[in-house]
Amino acid sequence: MTLDNDTPLLEVDNLKTWFPDGDRTVRAVDGVSFTIRRGETCAILGESGCGKSITALSLMQLVPAGGRIVSGEILFHGQDLLQYSERQMRTVRGNRIAMIFQEPMTSLNPVLTTGEQIAEVLQQHLGLKGDALRQRVEALLHQVGIPDPHKRQQDYPHQLSGGMKQRIMIAMALAAEPELLIADEPTTALDVTIQAQVLDLLRELQQQHHMAMLLITHDLAVVADRADKVAVMYAGQIVELAPREQFFAEPRHPYTRKLFAAVPGRGKRRQKLEVIKGSVPTLDREFSGCRFADRCEEAWPLCRERRPAWTVLDEAGEHGVRCHRYDPDVDFVPQVVPSRGVREAGAVDQPPLSTVLQTRDLKVHFPIRKGLFKRIVGRVYAVDGIDLNLYRGRTTALVGESGCGKTTVGKALLQLIEPTAGQVDYLGQELTTLGGARLRRMRKHLQIIFQDPFASMNPRMMVGNIIEEGMLTQGVMPDEAERTRRIDQLLEQVGLSAEARQRYPHEFSGGQRQRICIARALALEPDVIVCDEPTSALDVSVQAQTLNLLKQLQQDYALSYLFITHSLSVVEYLADDIAVMYLGRIVERGPVEQLMSDPKHPYTQALLSAVPTIEKQSGREVIKLEGELPSPIDPPGGCHFHPRCPQAMAVCKQAYPGVTQLDGEREVRCYLYEEKGRGTRDE
Amino acid sequence: MLSQTPKRFWIWPAVIVAGLLLLLWGLPQLLPVCAKYQLTDILIFCLVAGVIFLTAYIRHKPHLLEPWRRVLQSHRAMAAAVVLVVYVVIGLLDSIHFQEPLEGQPESVGHYSVDVPSLFDFMTRSLQEQTEKTYSAPLATHLFVKESVVLEDGTTAQQHRRLEHGGAHLADPQTDKWPDIAYTALQGLVWGLLLWSLLALLVSVWHARTAGLSPGASWRAIWRGRSRYPLNTLLVTAGILLVMLAILFTLSQKYHVFGTDKVGQDVFYLSLKSIRTGLVIGTLTTLVMLPFAILLGIMAGYFRGWIDDLIQYLYTTLNSIPGVLLIAAAILSIQVYIANHPELFDSAMDRADLRLLALCVVLGITSWTNLCRLLRGESLKLRELEYVEAARAFGVHHFTILGRHILPNVLHIVLIVVVLEFSGLVLAEAVLSYVGVGVDPSTISWGNMINGARLELAREPVVWWSLVAAFILMFALVLAANLFADAVRDAFDPRLGRIPRN
Repeated sequence: MTLDNDTPLLEVDNLKTWFPDGDRTVRAVDGVSFTIRRGETCAILGESGCGKSITALSLMQLVPAGGRIVSGEILFHGQDLLQYSERQMRTVRGNRIAMIFQEPMTSLNPVLTTGEQIAEVLQQHLGLKGDALRQRVEALLHQVGIPDPHKRQQDYPHQLSGGMKQRIMIAMALAAEPELLIADEPTTALDVTIQAQVLDLLRELQQQHHMAMLLITHDLAVVADRADKVAVMYAGQIVELAPREQFFAEPRHPYTRKLFAAVPGRGKRRQKLEVIKGSVPTLDREFSGCRFADRCEEAWPLCRERRPAWTVLDEAGEHGVRCHRYDPDVDFVPQVVPSRGVREAGAVDQPPLSTVLQTRDLKVHFPIRKGLFKRIVGRVYAVDGIDLNLYRGRTTALVGESGCGKTTVGKALLQLIEPTAGQVDYLGQELTTLGGARLRRMRKHLQIIFQDPFASMNPRMMVGNIIEEGMLTQGVMPDEAERTRRIDQLLEQVGLSAEARQRYPHEFSGGQRQRICIARALALEPDVIVCDEPTSALDVSVQAQTLNLLKQLQQDYALSYLFITHSLSVVEYLADDIAVMYLGRIVERGPVEQLMSDPKHPYTQALLSAVPTIEKQSGREVIKLEGELPSPIDPPGGCHFHPRCPQAMAVCKQAYPGVTQLDGEREVRCYLYEEKGRGTRDE
Repeated sequence: MLSQTPKRFWIWPAVIVAGLLLLLWGLPQLLPVCAKYQLTDILIFCLVAGVIFLTAYIRHKPHLLEPWRRVLQSHRAMAAAVVLVVYVVIGLLDSIHFQEPLEGQPESVGHYSVDVPSLFDFMTRSLQEQTEKTYSAPLATHLFVKESVVLEDGTTAQQHRRLEHGGAHLADPQTDKWPDIAYTALQGLVWGLLLWSLLALLVSVWHARTAGLSPGASWRAIWRGRSRYPLNTLLVTAGILLVMLAILFTLSQKYHVFGTDKVGQDVFYLSLKSIRTGLVIGTLTTLVMLPFAILLGIMAGYFRGWIDDLIQYLYTTLNSIPGVLLIAAAILSIQVYIANHPELFDSAMDRADLRLLALCVVLGITSWTNLCRLLRGESLKLRELEYVEAARAFGVHHFTILGRHILPNVLHIVLIVVVLEFSGLVLAEAVLSYVGVGVDPSTISWGNMINGARLELAREPVVWWSLVAAFILMFALVLAANLFADAVRDAFDPRLGRIPRN
């Protein structure tokens, strides 16, 4: 097996995986070709439903029930895997080609210890036994950066955090030293700081073992950091394949270019984001032209008549694209219609700040009860003293890793969770002491948009009734005809047609559903909307539509948003102020420009540096955070961040730092700035 | 315009129900009879009305209509449904009770017979009246036991005496019996086929009209399995049942097809009469159980806290009491009550009816816990969903949330459990009656038939027919109900995907 670097390890040629279903056939993967060399990372990039995961599963011949590989070749070391019997494939799977999945929570068997699960792979493929086996397991755990491997191998999956589980998955995948590792969205379920750790680990291991990697992701930024070459998939086909540098320097396919334009960021703050109109076509038909033609702003009649051929753009044959625009055989290529240009989101004159909602020392503690009489044995300090201001017409972003309590803040603000202590003041009205009918009336002014557009609408109600619910409850517009007109108007405002009113939620895509949810929240003409990760379940292009809509609505109605998110690029695009949360407390807050360009708190610095970005950055050193978010049941004494802080001092262990006011309305809670600040405030 | 259809879905069922009411109460006024509905009859009609309304509601709710379409698209479910329909029709016919005027009395006087027959009794009067002296085997012409007969010459001898009705028309049973049976069965077969052709014609005309085909094309489409629902299965099952019933019925006019019991009653008649009892137990019990199970289940899951604790304690306690003991205690106390208050009941039939109803209530009270627990679990999950939270953010009242967001989303579980429990309840009746704490001994039911046959099993030769007849009818009903329940569960199971399977 001595292969030099130039011989491809894996060659996929014209792979087609179809799902026949009665008279219609879903062509999930429809003619995909690519190659991977040893030690190389190839990324497959695409939005949900484009067939990237099915491609990966086809390589392992693990196509889900109902699907089958109808044609193509998968040459691994020059041998066609499609000719292998199931028995032969078992010697390949896990041994020479290994796979890690997106969801570490469900990929491990909960009744076996981690050690046993890794040992199983070793026994299966290497036939190790006894002490040799145990030592190898420990070595592997050590390799993937699990502290104290000897003890940890006796742990069950539920005793480990998400990042740890993903490390165990990687250890299992690496156990038999595979030549090719397929990573299907390996970090999508993880927080940014953990994502950075896992991606680094993968890169190190890849270099050590000289292993090839197929990285499947929807995140352009992850690709920018790791891949050697990038394949963009759209509707079952690869539309562009290029080495990383060329890909980021000069993306060619209109779809790729649109994707880049749709990514939010600070540079696009005053603009509307580019959106790709329409949605991905259904794959249950033959295409007579280009699959992207209906959504492409540069399409001309030929695009709908003839299928574009694969065109190689450079001499090395590394950069190819599937578009008529670059095909030398196409005689006539029309000029690119100048897109309507960057649409200004309107002149932004900052109105004077007027506070709509403010919280003082808001606390939410969940009691832990045990025993027969439900005695309180402990508390989860989910939110532990938060001061926030929401201003009219402005967006305040609440940023933090999962489990830091940011969603709880949003719900406590709306009194959906009863706060344990503290005040929530809405235009002079104290909300925490309200109850019953008076609180119900106040709910008109405060609304919420949820993360999961699938769970946030009752599947048994028509869209019209869903939007109507709040109006009926609050007695807004008791006249039915008037109400109907208003619903139609709302639907049009969020970019849906009025006939949507008579349809059920399942008939809409994720992005459309999210817009219905926005319409529902708007129906009561609220002042404050809590947006709880409204775009994290959406694809980039759909996310752009939603962000544009939110921004437009804010301008039209002077809405205040509390934008809860873990995505810093969205924050940079949308927010005016940022509050960074760590373990139930806000560690730093301030206006977005200042905070993003000059973070003060060590946690903020680490968080920002961990975010992968598209722009090749130089000089920005990635601060690696050790460990993971501690449990809010038993937060570390002193500053909660000190066990992970690279700049921790002795004083950090003793007491939580007070608020330090910095220039330009910034606040930070860290001992590093206490004496430098203009004035300190006691806890 | 908004939500127009869901608001007006009740108009058609209301018209149908009103029409049925008019028929049930009005028709006896025109005829020389006096309607005399029992308590369980009225409840059954309420249930029928409820089913009509529910059907109309389902027709307007795609999320409920679609699974039911899938149910009917399955061959097994269609066959089972045809069998169930036959049972239900017999049960309903047996639930329309009336009194006839005494013969020889002028109508206006208002003297009615003390008998309260049902429409079913009226249609099968010949079966009911053709009683023998005691046991006789199926299709027999002679009694099962020997009797002393005074012969012509004055001596007495032990002989099987000829039956009064079964095969009484035969001159010489030895030679004529089997040819006569074959001939009668053939007559039945012809009748059955005639009826089936009529049904087939109706079905294919209906299919031709709905599918927009010519009659010939529609006929071919049905038999090649290209119709939307498996009409071929429907026709085959209905054909088998029609032919079987027609043969049995024509034979039963001359013979006792399933023999006679101890007091000479026709077992075929008894086992058909038992259908109503079985159906009443299977359906009315559900009616009693549903309000408890649904309300308490979703309240426990939604409110949690002390309400949840209370409801959980309630059903865990109830579950820990041995069911049969509780039922026995309740039934026995009701029996005592009935015995002590004879003035409250007009007839023995009223008493038996009350006891049947009491059994339903007791069974209902002991069997709601299962569904309640399921619903609690589902509501626990639903209350955390974001649409429920969104409703709370709108300030919607808790009970409105329960009705609008929780209940419609657990309705599929209710449907599945109800269909699954039906067969269990039919079997429970048989067991309880056998033990002696079931229905009144005067009520005709499969349990009582089995109980009566129990002692005769020790006899040599064995009297097996009561047991077998009850067994076959019960088996067919429970099997059909179970097959149907399977199809319902599959159709409502989101994990089985949307691909129509055949």
